[in-house]
Amino acid sequence: MKIVLNGELHRVRAKTLADLLQERGFSGRVATAVNEEFVPSSLRTSHKLSDGDRVEVVAPMQGG
Amino acid sequence: MKTFYGTALPNPLMLGTAQYPSPAILEQAFRQSGAGVATVSLRREAGAGQTFWQMIRDLNVLVLPNTAGCHTVKEAVTTAHMAREVFDTKWIKLELIGHTDSLQPDVFQLVEAARILTEDGFEVFPYTTDDLIVGERLLSAGCQVLMPWGAPIGSGRGLNNEYALRAMRSEFPDVPLVIDAGIGLPSHAAHAMELGFDAVLLNTAVARAGDPAVMAKAMMQAIAAGQLAHQADPIEARDMAEPSTPVIGKAFLS
Repeated sequence: MKIVLNGELHRVRAKTLADLLQERGFSGRVATAVNEEFVPSSLRTSHKLSDGDRVEVVAPMQGG
Repeated sequence: MKTFYGTALPNPLMLGTAQYPSPAILEQAFRQSGAGVATVSLRREAGAGQTFWQMIRDLNVLVLPNTAGCHTVKEAVTTAHMAREVFDTKWIKLELIGHTDSLQPDVFQLVEAARILTEDGFEVFPYTTDDLIVGERLLSAGCQVLMPWGAPIGSGRGLNNEYALRAMRSEFPDVPLVIDAGIGLPSHAAHAMELGFDAVLLNTAVARAGDPAVMAKAMMQAIAAGQLAHQADPIEARDMAEPSTPVIGKAFLS
């Protein structure tokens, strides 16, 4: 299915958010949102993705 | 001494982590200044996030994540939730930007977001203006800290409206107040502390200085001096001169 991941369109095999992170090689401390809603890490395994979902994966970054 | 949601800061400098020439110089700035709080943010993971996080952890400072760049309540609230999970802290520096050029906070959305986040268990550090009524509303929304701007972010103009900041200090004597943004020089930071503010949050003035580590140290020394001066109860300015050397006993020589 097609997923917009951090603003870029990807064709992925993953069915859940947790699978998507694994498939795209994310590890370490990240936080996730799907279609602009926060998805806690505890719910990533059960969170099923749908075609066209917009997924954001963010990590620590410099800030002021 | 005032605490920030029950936490006493090791010193009154909160230092940003953005815009340094290199990670090594960022680290030196923290070591040289001894800043006790580091502000951080969240951005799309492109590979550098984990290294950065490890470096921040090694600094052994308190971490204050921000919602920089957020323009809506929803965006800010979602960002805050993501930050709480990633950084494992209830602290959030709540920024809701209302104007592109001045980066002036949208205080209406700020109050709304502060209420939502407080109800969600966050400890909110709102980046606000020097407006007293907004300050009251933020406190009513559950904030226990206020962070008025000195001047627009990154402008380095110092305290644009000393009168308003004095009024704010006077209106909220028991609330921890942090000057957030606009500091350009150590003298600005000292000025903030002389007025009785409890801490100063700055980034650009250090990170963009020719020698960030030395500037960080200068900022800390100025902050310490300003804090001491406030405790020492400074004299009032006056219009006319007043001789400091005693007049009585002066030799008659003319």
